[in-house]
Amino acid sequence: MLVVELDGKPALAQLVGHDISCLSLTPAAALAEYLETHGLGRVAKRLATSGVIEVVATAAPGIDDIVVLGKIKQLEQSGSYDLIVVDGPAAGHAITFLMAPVNLLKLVRGGPIHGQATDVAQLLSDPKRSQVILVTLPETTPVNEAIETAEALRTDAGLRLGPVVVNAFDEGPDLKLDGVDSGTAMHAAAEFRNARRGLHRRESQRLADTLGLPHICLPLVTAAAIDADSISELATRLGAP
Amino acid sequence: MSDLGDLITAADVVVCCGSGGVGKTTTAAALGLQAARNGRRCVVVTIDPAKRLADALGVPGGLTNDPVQLPVDGPGQLWALMLDTATTFDGLVVANAIDAQQATRILSNPFYRNIAGSLGGTQEYMAAERLLALHLDKRFDLVIVDTPPTRNALDFLDAPRTLASFLDHPVFKLMMMPTRRGLRVLSIAAQPILRSIGKVIGSEVLADAVAFFQAFDGMETGFRNRAEDVIKLLHGERTQFVLVASPRIDTIDEARFFAGRLKEKALEVSAIIVNRATPDFGTPSGKRPRRVADAALFDNQAQLHTLAMGEREHIMPLMIDTGREPTWVTLLPGDVHDLDALDTIRALLFTGSAAAQASR
Repeated sequence: MLVVELDGKPALAQLVGHDISCLSLTPAAALAEYLETHGLGRVAKRLATSGVIEVVATAAPGIDDIVVLGKIKQLEQSGSYDLIVVDGPAAGHAITFLMAPVNLLKLVRGGPIHGQATDVAQLLSDPKRSQVILVTLPETTPVNEAIETAEALRTDAGLRLGPVVVNAFDEGPDLKLDGVDSGTAMHAAAEFRNARRGLHRRESQRLADTLGLPHICLPLVTAAAIDADSISELATRLGAP
Repeated sequence: MSDLGDLITAADVVVCCGSGGVGKTTTAAALGLQAARNGRRCVVVTIDPAKRLADALGVPGGLTNDPVQLPVDGPGQLWALMLDTATTFDGLVVANAIDAQQATRILSNPFYRNIAGSLGGTQEYMAAERLLALHLDKRFDLVIVDTPPTRNALDFLDAPRTLASFLDHPVFKLMMMPTRRGLRVLSIAAQPILRSIGKVIGSEVLADAVAFFQAFDGMETGFRNRAEDVIKLLHGERTQFVLVASPRIDTIDEARFFAGRLKEKALEVSAIIVNRATPDFGTPSGKRPRRVADAALFDNQAQLHTLAMGEREHIMPLMIDTGREPTWVTLLPGDVHDLDALDTIRALLFTGSAAAQASR
């Protein structure tokens, strides 16, 4: 089992605890390694020393996404892991990222990057090998975004989507307000909580109705901080929805 | 400058930065709304390809690349737009081309069509270009930028410099050489370094790329000067950076990371806005009741209080890093997706003190 982080965020390693391997991938490192393993080590050195790598990335934008996806594919092919979980980019960038192979194949007709893009496109479009899981919040804007992203990935990129995860879902019944004075802080607190829970129920229902995908709700963690313990608890919920 | 009211009165450009899901877009829109109410002619531009700004402003058909004006209760104006990378790039090529033929040559180049369209990277550079264009546009006197989530936002700040150094790069000069010498193009094989690049990205794409850069000949000065202008604008005194966070450990870590990157670029955080704070209703009075329904109410108030206190503690490191006192905006019972709800956020940002909001 391996968790791959793409954004260089410091939080991930602390969250997953000690018994899971974490890997942080950057485009520059992935490109250098790609060249090295494809017998282009000499080229890589020359490219690196003359600063050409950044120029290649600027001249062929999207190549950074391909080499990162290519590295993930290589990890998959290595057989060292049963499962690789990638913490992908946020909504807007996710579409560009996952469509990079399809877009690059329209542009490049040969060469190693073409091969790389073909391999990655195969990995992404084979539901036995990979699945895209959308994670969202049960609120209006995130749900709109998840719906748009899902539609773009299904129609434009031809990807098959796994279950949708609705995060920080404030579950629980409405608090009963009868018998509490309406001017009190306790009343206001309960009204606030009920309104939030109502919104969460409505929005997660709308998401389920629109996408028709399996649905997993993760409860709102009411501890002040999310740590490895809360992650472990959430993991149990993911396993037994 | 730490007071938000002063900030939107004096600034020419306000850049809202922060990670995803912290209400950055809503904040940008609310700052714009207040500026317009105060008489400024403000345009809010979103770089995030997600449609959050249209949602926050309640624009039914979504936003386009051209600014649309929104109704505002006050003497100023509020405009909004969503960056369309390809259209912006086309416009730039046409504006900077020496003649119509050069423009056509570039616009029809396959390599150009691809980088101008869907591939990443170009977007950040076009965002920087658009920012400068809006800044120079006489219709507006304040540009508020809603940046994409962290990694992309940093690219946005780097984009003009990347272009400037790219144009000065020996490889770019190498690609330009054949036309400069008056040779008929594509001596790729003669240039070992281009041959190497060709091995990596494929020879056709390189041929298209070289043709693109050669077609670009004569325009790079214009582009380079504009890139320098953008860098100057971003580093100018009248450009302010507002850090938007939510009070959870992971987003605060990202906000601190972002503050650090701004510092590396010798840029300062002018204000911190903490959105989605749990409202604090205080500790419940008395003992926990025995009756189940009453105990649930007691527990609810206590739980919200614990969350709110924890949030205040989490934000401390960010305050120490930046030396800024944050403006708190409490979580609303509903979501923000029309101008009325946005006005509520605006009021919370500009009239509610931290204490007043906390006791709401």
